[in-house]
Amino acid sequence: MAAKTGTYTLISSSTLTTTTATVTFSSIPSTYTDLVLVANPLSTNNRDVILRFNSDTGTNYSITFLSGYGGGTPAFSSGRTTSQGFMYADYYAASNTTQNIRQINIMDYANTTTYKTALIRSSNANAYPSGGVETLVGLWRSTAAINTVAVSLSADSFLSGSVFKLYGIEAAK
Amino acid sequence: MALQLFKIADSTVESPVATVTFSSIPQGYTDLKLFISARGDAGAISRSVYVTFNGSSTSYADIYLQGDGSAASSGSNSGGGTKIYAGECTASTATSNTFGNQEMYIPNYTGSNNKSAATDAVAETNATTQYMSLVAGLWSNTAAITSITLVPSTGSFVAGSTFTLYGVL
Repeated sequence: MAAKTGTYTLISSSTLTTTTATVTFSSIPSTYTDLVLVANPLSTNNRDVILRFNSDTGTNYSITFLSGYGGGTPAFSSGRTTSQGFMYADYYAASNTTQNIRQINIMDYANTTTYKTALIRSSNANAYPSGGVETLVGLWRSTAAINTVAVSLSADSFLSGSVFKLYGIEAAK
Repeated sequence: MALQLFKIADSTVESPVATVTFSSIPQGYTDLKLFISARGDAGAISRSVYVTFNGSSTSYADIYLQGDGSAASSGSNSGGGTKIYAGECTASTATSNTFGNQEMYIPNYTGSNNKSAATDAVAETNATTQYMSLVAGLWSNTAAITSITLVPSTGSFVAGSTFTLYGVL
């Protein structure tokens, strides 16, 4: 029999029914190899989506981004933020009444020897300046195993109808 | 609950076709994923691939970030568009036997919000210019997606092109 291939397991999902400032996935099992967070946030205003791990609010996060805005000046850019108190899951992109997409891959989240990295894809097709398409790499400078992932906006709250899903990727067996 | 990609349908082109359509898409999944390996027959290094939903030709928008091997660019089609751009596939002057690759993710395709799509696309070839693209797409329509249609900007998809639609649970 062929070896079992890796599969996604839904750890938890949340479809908001009320306005919510932070969506938290806690007590994440350490039994998977990687995590995948899919978020379709809604908000009243154009806000950045931000992440924190294990409730860490220290300045231990950094990102590098490549962004296209479709219009305006510049039309695209790349840059970095360092020593942030959170990890951006977009940059100069927005959430509004059209659901946009965040696909976040968090690699080797349960190891206790290396800092944690995430690959992020952000898609928001709303017109400039509220929209954009982006790819980001994020770093959390901690060797702790990730057991909690919190998703927030840079200000305001997520609106009802926002959807968040956390998957674990099982190792091949 | 184990998450799987369930193959809803696939299509392998046996002779050139101008359009590929997935219809009667089941409504029981949470999201859709569409994988494309395609090449066009138009006389160019690449051809754009476009997507429409439910046979509609209104209310589409997209923003793209693209590299062509020497420069990057970003552009948009804001509102009122007739289709969503989904990157480039190779075409007839590209290196023989090379096909573009596209992956489109469509979350909450049965929901009552407007529909968003994220596409990653590459069209590699052994030449100076070819394209890789990231695209954010939007269909400002609250209807559940029941069909997806793909077309090249001109010409047809050649034999050997494949299109596979998965449902995500």
